[in-house]
Formats: sequence, structure tokens, C-alpha cells
Amino acid sequence: MNLSDSKKKLAIAGVVCGLVAACLAYFGNPANMAFCIACFIRDTAGALGMHQAEAVQYARPEIIGLVLGAFIISAATKEYRSTAGSSPMIRFILGMVIMIGSLVFLGCPLRMVIRMSAGDLNAWVALIGFVLGVGTGVFALKKGFSLGRAHITNKMSGAVLPALMLGVLILEAVTTLLKASEAGPGSMHAPLIMSLIGGLIFGAMAQKSRMCFAGGIRDVILMKNFDLLTVIGSLFVVMLIFNIATGRFVLGFNTPGIIAHSEHLWNILGMYAVGFAAVLAGGCPLRQLILAGQGSSDSAVTVLGMFAGAAACHNFGLAASGTAVNPETKELVAGAVPFYGKVALIICIAVCFLIAFTNKREKA
Amino acid sequence: MKEVDARGLSCPEPLMLTAEALKKFKEPVKVLVTEPHQKMNVEKYARDHGRKVASSETEDGFAVMIE
Repeated sequence: MNLSDSKKKLAIAGVVCGLVAACLAYFGNPANMAFCIACFIRDTAGALGMHQAEAVQYARPEIIGLVLGAFIISAATKEYRSTAGSSPMIRFILGMVIMIGSLVFLGCPLRMVIRMSAGDLNAWVALIGFVLGVGTGVFALKKGFSLGRAHITNKMSGAVLPALMLGVLILEAVTTLLKASEAGPGSMHAPLIMSLIGGLIFGAMAQKSRMCFAGGIRDVILMKNFDLLTVIGSLFVVMLIFNIATGRFVLGFNTPGIIAHSEHLWNILGMYAVGFAAVLAGGCPLRQLILAGQGSSDSAVTVLGMFAGAAACHNFGLAASGTAVNPETKELVAGAVPFYGKVALIICIAVCFLIAFTNKREKA
Repeated sequence: MKEVDARGLSCPEPLMLTAEALKKFKEPVKVLVTEPHQKMNVEKYARDHGRKVASSETEDGFAVMIE
């Protein structure tokens, strides 16, 4: 089965993933978050006690399902390859950058598209930053950027992250060891089994279609190739139809309750860092989970970097807050990016430039 | 025959190296890659540019022969 050899198949993969996201949103996932890699890794990091933000702690079965879905489908179709050794610690840092940028904006590129489909104009503003970030990454690639070669390694190495994810799932299903939010976004979720199945389907489709939000724009800039953008476009259309049909489409900037803010510069810079770091790491947060599932220990290290980044964001108050209505005064309280979040983001962008222009491809 | 060794490189490097080689050389090019999706990307790129393609499995990945 190959979903990446025609635009039609790619569009179908996008539609299926869009339907999964729409279903999960309908059955309880937070409004216009539906299926956000950064938010869900952040929630899972909270469930594991890596940070103490009580509103965002829940081991999201979607994340577990994505990795396991990619693992199972790649093993079944002989695409599983246990590889490692392409500058793992630089990838760890890129994972942290991706997460800090995402939590300043409040969402990964997948959620940016979902927010765009719900009429959130902040996400459209952030898209400018994302495209510029991807463009900067492409410029670095053209200048010879490379993190070096990965090598085939012991088969078990690539299976460690999927095994850890399975372990988290078992802990969640049969023990009370993991933390779980009682209020806030972490408490809003579809039933466990539904989230898990959704994640497995999304993971399998993403593995087969090579779905990547950074790759979609990167390929357009670099190769004038619109294949990967087709998947994203069809996912956007499905979510747009769902949002309009269920009355969730609200066009505007300061919409309360959707976990977003309107600090335009920081929305742009947040997604700039994500786009830039994702191109350097070879894929967006979703793609990193999928590559980790199909055996890449380097991507697994990037995922660990995202967990560390999520913990840093909430332990040190870097994450932005969303616009909300004060329940007592009924006043609109604008979401904002905290001072240290802005400082951290500027450092992240500087680090991206350092990585981008100091790691060169070996001469053939 | 020119050889492009793109084994173990992250996307889109295998494709960039292939594009560079096809632009530079009119003679057949052999591209070595590790991952199945990279093999497919390289094959598709070559076909889209009017070249004939034949692939085979190697010990640590794939060899894509572009004529």
C-alpha cells in the first residue's frame, strides 16, 4: 500500500485524517485543538509529572496511537528501519525549539491548520511566520546544511519509543499512577479507546502518505512540488466543513475559549521557530512521531526533546495563555506571551541560525 | 556511472542531491538511499524529469538506477 504516489491518494489520506480529528473534537477533545501534537505531548509530559501545570495533564492516547500506528504499519509493510546517529543531541535541541515555539503560538503546525479551519485569524497570521521559518530552513539546506548520516542499528533500538508508548498506555489504562487534569484543557478528551483508535489510524495514514506540515511547504519552495501540500489542503477542507456544520466556525481574533492569543508578532515568531527547526530536523512534530514509530532513533530523540521543551515551558512559565472570559466579572481577558517566553523564543531562533549555518554536508 | 550516496541522510537531502546530479550529468546516475520513502521520492522525481528508473534492494537500503 502506497498513499504517496498520486495526489488523489494523498488527498484521501488527508480526508481520513481530517475525519479522525473532527470525530475526536466532536467526542470531547478541546475546542479547535482536536488533534494537536504539541499540546498533546505537553499534556502527556504533564501526566508523567514532568511539569506541574494542573490544567494540562493527561496521557493523550492520540500520541501513543500515532507512534504505535506508524510502528505497526511500517513493520507490516516492511518499511521499518532501525536507524540512528544523525546528530542526535542537535535534534534534541531542535525538538525543544519546536515545542517552545509551538507553546508560544499555542499549537503545532497541525493545530495551526485546524485553527485556521475554525476561523481563528491568529492562526492565519502565524502561517506567515511558519512559511518564513520553512523558507529560512530551505535557504540553509541550499547552502549545504546537513545533520549528517544515520546508520542502520540494532533492530531493538528503533522499537524503544513505541515500547515506551505502549508502557504509558498500560499505565494509563490499568493504574492511577499518571496525573490527569480535573479541569482545563487536559480534562477535555474523547474516550480513551476512541482516541487510541483515532491515533492508530492517523499514524498509519500519516506513515503511508508521508504527511508533513513543514515538508508540504518546504517541497513547494524547494522543488515546486505540491504533493505533500495536497494532504494538508484536504485535511483543512474536511475540518472547515466540520466546523461550519457544527457551528464551531468563528471568524475573528479575540475569540474566547479557543486557547489562542492575539499577540501577532509572537504568533509569527513562534511559528517561525517551529518552521525553521522542523525543516532542520527533517519534519514537523507529527512527522517526527511517525519517523520515530518507523524506527528512527534520531526522531525519537527529537520527540524526547519535545517532551523536555514542554516541561521547560510549564516549569519556567514560557507558554502563552489563551484569551478567556473571567467567570466572575465576565470580562474578556486577553491571552498573552509571558516575558520569559519571549526571551526563550528569541534564544531558540538564534540557536536555529547557529545550527543551520554551522552544520554542513560532507563533500561527496 | 555517477553515484550519489544519500544513505542515512534526512529528507529532502536525497532528493536535492539527486536533482543536482541529474542537472549536472546526462549519463546514468545511481542513487543509494536507506528509507523506502526516499527511494519512492527519488524514483518519482526522475520519472517526472523524463528519465528511466530501475530500483533494487541493497544490504542497507536501495539502489535507484536512473538512465
